[in-house]
Amino acid sequence: MNISIDVQEQEQQTTIKISGEIDAYTAPKLRETAFPYTEKKETNLVIDLSEVSYMDSTGLGVFVGLFKSLNANDGTMKLVGLSDRLKRLFDITGLADIMNINSGSEGGV
Amino acid sequence: MNFRDTMLDEYKEILKTYINDQTEQALYMSQKFSKKSIEYKISPEEMISLHKTSIMEIEPDLPESLLLSLDILLEVMMSYGLAYREHQSLRTIQRELINEIEVAASMQQTLLGTQIPKIPSMDIGAISVPAKQMSGDYYHFVSHENGAISVAIADIIGKGIPAALCMSMIKYSMDSMPEDSQAPGDVLERLNRVVEQNVDPTMFITMFSGLYNPETHLFSYSSAGHEPGFFYHAETGEFEELQAKGLLLGVDKRAKYREYERKLKIGDIILLMSDGVTECRTEEGFLEVETLIGYIKKYIHLGAQDIADKVYKELEYLQDFQLRDDFTLIILKRTS
Repeated sequence: MNISIDVQEQEQQTTIKISGEIDAYTAPKLRETAFPYTEKKETNLVIDLSEVSYMDSTGLGVFVGLFKSLNANDGTMKLVGLSDRLKRLFDITGLADIMNINSGSEGGV
Repeated sequence: MNFRDTMLDEYKEILKTYINDQTEQALYMSQKFSKKSIEYKISPEEMISLHKTSIMEIEPDLPESLLLSLDILLEVMMSYGLAYREHQSLRTIQRELINEIEVAASMQQTLLGTQIPKIPSMDIGAISVPAKQMSGDYYHFVSHENGAISVAIADIIGKGIPAALCMSMIKYSMDSMPEDSQAPGDVLERLNRVVEQNVDPTMFITMFSGLYNPETHLFSYSSAGHEPGFFYHAETGEFEELQAKGLLLGVDKRAKYREYERKLKIGDIILLMSDGVTECRTEEGFLEVETLIGYIKKYIHLGAQDIADKVYKELEYLQDFQLRDDFTLIILKRTS
């Protein structure tokens, strides 16, 4: 049950690459790392999930939180590199309709 | 003889025995003594003072430097004594907290209790097992005046005590819904507004809401981002995913929930579940839908409650009896 989070800040966008599992144990770490970026004005956040092997509903909660915070601060969020299993999670929850999501097969960023 | 003197005598005896013969017995006695002194709350620094008094009596000719060194050891041990006492008081607090959580968990059970309705044409079974003490899964039945039955199954994202409190809120909003708005889509829209306004912005709810009319045998349903259930066609023996689109509760207050409908023939079954069922992880990876359906098929001839119980047992075994997520399964089987 491990996660590693790598943040790269560029001029136009901030990229967060997550590797490992996002569940009840690791979600707080992800929230703490990513949340401050969403509170800045007009942040373009790209989250790379191609190395995420597992995510449960707690993880989903983190993304909804980030999404809401970004919207409130005129920012954007884009999720890239989703596996089929992850894509399904976003489809079922209806989040795929309101979030900008690129699955792995579409080539990411 | 006061308590300190009794302990002193006992300790001196042990020390003497060991200095003379170095027996195992003396070591064993000293272990027993240590347990006793902890029990009587003798601090580490007191123990050293006891040791010093004893050794001075047993060996009066010890070099002064050795005795002086014990004074330093005593001073050093004082902080250990403080840490030990702090640890003891934290343990008491921890025990109190565990008790409180147990009380909260049993209150949750009482508050959220739901009766499985009994109606002539349908056999209903339900099982819900929390992974931790407080469950994030929730299901609820409401029997309406016109004989129809509402069923809801929900997963509160964000576990533990906040989730439990949130669940009570959902339950009471459901119970206080007017009789004329039983339609699953309306139920979800109303709850969505409640959740959007009241709940912590990092907490979300997935919910499946259904309504069964025993006269027409129509089952209408809507989903707010919840794991799709299954429809079992008795005639063909086929399973079909109960697809329904809809956004999680609490994300967007303008969300609309589309309603879908299925007609149940005799023997047809509706299975509703939480993601603890489909996201169940085994040693070889994730549970495949086919495996789950296999288990359901194996017990499909049984009563609704038996199907739910047996499928749970199979998945519990598959996960080596270690649930990682809350597990809820509801079976609705038309019998006549």
